[in-house]
Amino acid sequence: MSVPILECVDVHAAYGRIEVLRGVDLKVPRGAVVALLGPNGGGKSTLLKVISGQMEKTSGHVHMAGVNVHGASADDLARLGLTTIPEGRSVFPNLTVEENLLLMSYAGVAPDKVFDTAYSYFPRLHERRYQLAGTMSGGEQQMLAMARALTSDPALLLLDELSMGLAPLIVDELYETVAKIAESGVSILCVEQFARTALRVSDYAAVMTGGRVVATGEPNEINEIMADVILGGAA
Amino acid sequence: MGAFLSYTVIGIFTGAAYAIAASGLVLTYSTTRVFNIAHGAVGMVFAFLYWDFSVKQGLPVWLSLILVLGVCAPLTGVFIQRVITRGLGNAPVGASLVVTVAMTVMLIGIARQIWPPDARSLEQYFPDHLIHMGSVIVTWQQIITVVVSILVAAGLYVLLSRTRIGTAMRASVDNPDLLHLYGGRSDIVAALAWAVGTSLAALGGILLAPVIGLQYFDLTLLVISAYAAAMLGKLTNLPLTYVGAMGLGLGQSYIVGYLQYIPGHDKLTGLPAVMPALFLFAILVLLPQAPLRIGQVKGLVSAPVPTLGRSAVFGGGLIVVVILMAAGMADSDLLLVGTAATYGIVMLSLVLLTGYGGFVSLAQFTFAGVGAVAYAKLDQPNLFGLLVAVLISAAVGALVALPVLRLTGLYLALATMAFGLLMDKVVFTSSWAFEFNNPLNAKRLSIFGTHVNSIGNYTIMMTVFFVLISLVVVAVRRGPLGRILIATRDSQAACGTLGLDIRWVRVALFASSAGVAGLAGALLAGLRGTIVSNDFIFFNSLLLLVCVAIWGVTSVSGAAMGAIFLMLLNYLPGFLGKNESTQGLLFILLGAGAILIGRNPNGLMFWVFKIPSWIQGGLFPVLADRFPGMALKVRDFAGGDRDDEVIGEPGGAHAHRDEEEVDSDAVAAR
Repeated sequence: MSVPILECVDVHAAYGRIEVLRGVDLKVPRGAVVALLGPNGGGKSTLLKVISGQMEKTSGHVHMAGVNVHGASADDLARLGLTTIPEGRSVFPNLTVEENLLLMSYAGVAPDKVFDTAYSYFPRLHERRYQLAGTMSGGEQQMLAMARALTSDPALLLLDELSMGLAPLIVDELYETVAKIAESGVSILCVEQFARTALRVSDYAAVMTGGRVVATGEPNEINEIMADVILGGAA
Repeated sequence: MGAFLSYTVIGIFTGAAYAIAASGLVLTYSTTRVFNIAHGAVGMVFAFLYWDFSVKQGLPVWLSLILVLGVCAPLTGVFIQRVITRGLGNAPVGASLVVTVAMTVMLIGIARQIWPPDARSLEQYFPDHLIHMGSVIVTWQQIITVVVSILVAAGLYVLLSRTRIGTAMRASVDNPDLLHLYGGRSDIVAALAWAVGTSLAALGGILLAPVIGLQYFDLTLLVISAYAAAMLGKLTNLPLTYVGAMGLGLGQSYIVGYLQYIPGHDKLTGLPAVMPALFLFAILVLLPQAPLRIGQVKGLVSAPVPTLGRSAVFGGGLIVVVILMAAGMADSDLLLVGTAATYGIVMLSLVLLTGYGGFVSLAQFTFAGVGAVAYAKLDQPNLFGLLVAVLISAAVGALVALPVLRLTGLYLALATMAFGLLMDKVVFTSSWAFEFNNPLNAKRLSIFGTHVNSIGNYTIMMTVFFVLISLVVVAVRRGPLGRILIATRDSQAACGTLGLDIRWVRVALFASSAGVAGLAGALLAGLRGTIVSNDFIFFNSLLLLVCVAIWGVTSVSGAAMGAIFLMLLNYLPGFLGKNESTQGLLFILLGAGAILIGRNPNGLMFWVFKIPSWIQGGLFPVLADRFPGMALKVRDFAGGDRDDEVIGEPGGAHAHRDEEEVDSDAVAAR
C-alpha cells in the first residue's frame, strides 16, 4: 500500500485545559475522498485546525505524504499544497471577487491561471468580478471559496462544513463540484454534519465523537451506524 | 484677493503635509487595526534625526533623506511591528491605546535624551528661490511638499490596488487567519505596512519641521491634525483622508489670516492651534453610527475584587498610617503625600472607566483641571463648592462623550485627546480660567463649618476621600452596575441584543469618571492653595495613563501604587524627577515598562496578587513536608497557575479574594 497523503497518529489538542482531541488516528489514502462525520463538539473542526497548522497539537504526529509536519505554520503548508476551506464564508468580504482570486495565487499558481480556471468553472464569478465579495449571496460566496480549491491545484484539500447556512439545492451543487475535484485526483478530507450528502461523494468515512475516531469504513457501513453514534449507542 | 490667494497657498501646503502624515496613520491602522497614537512622535524623532544628519553632521541633504526615509524609518517600523505592536490588533482597543501612548512617552524620552533641549532649526529647501505667481509668493518648500504628497497618494494607490501584497494588506484587516490559509504571510504584510507608515510619518515630520520648528511636543501633536484628517475617511479611506487634510489645512490657514476681522479676536488667539481638535469634533458628530462588533468576546482574567468589609479594613489601615505620617512628617513631605492622594483619585477614575468599562481617556488630568478651576472660581470652600465642582466636571465629561455616543471606544479616546488639547490651548489660557500662566488661588476646604487648615489634616482628609471613593468603586464593581460594565466591555453586541442601551451607560460612566477626576482636581486646588494651568497639561494625562497601566488599571490597589509611583517620579529630587538630564531617560524607562506590562490590563498587580497563592500553593507544601509539625493551611490553589485563556472571572475572583493588603504594604514602604 502506498504512503497515505495524510496520516494522524494519536493526536491530542486542547483549548486551555479543556482537552478536545484525545488521541485521533486517521488516514486519508492518496486520491481518496474521506468524509469525517460526527455530532457537534466531537472535535472535527479542531482536528482540521490542527492539520492545517492553525492550532498547535499538544502531542501526537501529523504526516503528510509521509513527512512529519510538526510545527509547520498554516501559510507554509498552504504554499506546499494543502488547501483548507474553513467553515463559514471563507472569503475576504471587503475585496472584490477578482482581488480574492488574486490572493489565491499565493498558493503557487500564477494569477492568470487562477482567473481562467475560476471563471471557467463558475461563469457567475466572472459576471461579478468587480463586485465586493461581501455583497454576494451566501452560495456565491461559497462558490468563490470553492474556487480556491479548484484553482490552487492542491495535493490535499480540507473542507469544513461546506453546507453551513446554505440551501439544500446549493449544497448539492457544491458537492457536485467536490466530486469533480475528486475526479481530478485530489485527495479530500471533508467534515460534514449532514452525513448523507457527504457520504454520497466519499470513498471512505470516519466518525468522530468525544475527541476520538470511533468508527471507520465504507460509506454504506457508516451510514448504518451513524444514528447509533449520534444518539450515543456506539460511543 | 491677493491675500486670499496667499492664504490658500499656505493652506494647500499645510494640507499636503497633513495628508502625508495622515496617510501613514491610515495605512498602519487599516492593515493592522492598531491606532498609533505615537505616529506624531515617530515623525518628531525622525525630524530630529534628519536634522542630526543634515545639519549637525553636515551630510548632503539627499543622503540624509535616503538614510532617514529609506533606511532608519522603515527599519524602525518593522521593529515596532515585530516587537511592540504585534498581535495588538486583536486585543481590546484599550490595550493598543495604552501601548502606543507608552510608545509616545518613550519616543519623547528618546528625543530628549539624544537631542537635549536647545535652539535648533531646519532650513526650508531652496530658501532663496521664491516664485512669484502674480501677487502670490510661493516657496519651493511648499511646491515640494505638494508634489511629494501627490506622489505619495499615487504610490499608495498603486501599492494598495495594483499589487498582490497591497491586496493582501487590505485582506489582512478582515481576517489574517484566512490569509494564512491562502498562503499569505500576514507578518510580512504587517511589517511592510508599518515600514511604509513610519516612513510617511518621518516624511511628514521633516516637511513640517522647518515651519513648526524642531519642538518635541508641537511635532508630536501633529498626530492630532493627521487623525482629524483621517477621521473623515473613518480611518480607512485614503482619498477621503486627503480631502480631510486639505480641508483642515485650508481652514487653519484662513482662520489664521482672517481672525483679526472677527470681533473679540484677541480672546481667540489659541484658535488656530486647536483647529484640528474642533475639526475632529465636527466630523465625529457627522460620522455614521458604528456597527456593533460581534465575536469580540475576549475573556480577561480580572483582578480580584475584595469584599467591602475587607476593603474597609485596609482603607482604615491606610488612613491610620497617613494620620501617623501627618504627626511626624514635615509639611513639604506631607504635600507630596497629598499630591499622591490626588493622583490616586484620578487613577481611581481610570479604574472605573478603563479597568471596568474598557474605555480609555487620554485627558483625565484635564477633567481634574476643570474641577480645580470650578472650585477656585466658585470660592465656596465647603462641601457644596466641592459638589458643584464635581458636577461641572461630570457635565463636561458628558459633553465630551456625547458626540461619540454612536461610535466605538477608539473614537472616544481620540475625542478626549482632542478635548485635552482644546482645553490646554484655549480654555485654560483664557481669561475666565487661568489666563496665561497666571496662578489661581483657592481656599482650603471646610466640612460642615469645620475648617481643615493644617496640611496634615488636609492630607488625612484627602486620604479619607481616596478610601471612600475606593469603597464606592469596589461597591460599584460588585453591584449590578459593575456587571453591566463588565458585560458591555466584553460584548457590546450581546448587551445590545439583551435590550440594554449601552450608549447611555457609556455617557454615565464617562461623566462619573470625569466627576471623580474633577474631585481630585478640586482637592488638589485646596491643598496647594495656588494652581497653574501647567498642573493639568495634556502630556501629564499620558504619563498618568502610563503609570496606572504599569501598576494595573483593573484594581484599586493598582491605582494606589500607580499614584505613589507617579508622585515619586515627579517630585523625588536628584536622579529622577525635575533633573533635566535624566528626564529623557526616565520617560524611556516608563514607556518601555508600559509597553512590556501594559498589554495585560491587570499590570504589575496581576503578579503581586499571585504572591500569596504562590506561597500557599508552592511554599507551604514544601514546608509541610519538611516540618510535619507545622500547622499550615494548605489550600487548593488550582486557580493559581491558570493561564490567560480562562474565560470569565469567577475563578480568578475567588482564587484571590483576600489580597487587598498590598495597599497598606505600599503605604508602609512609603
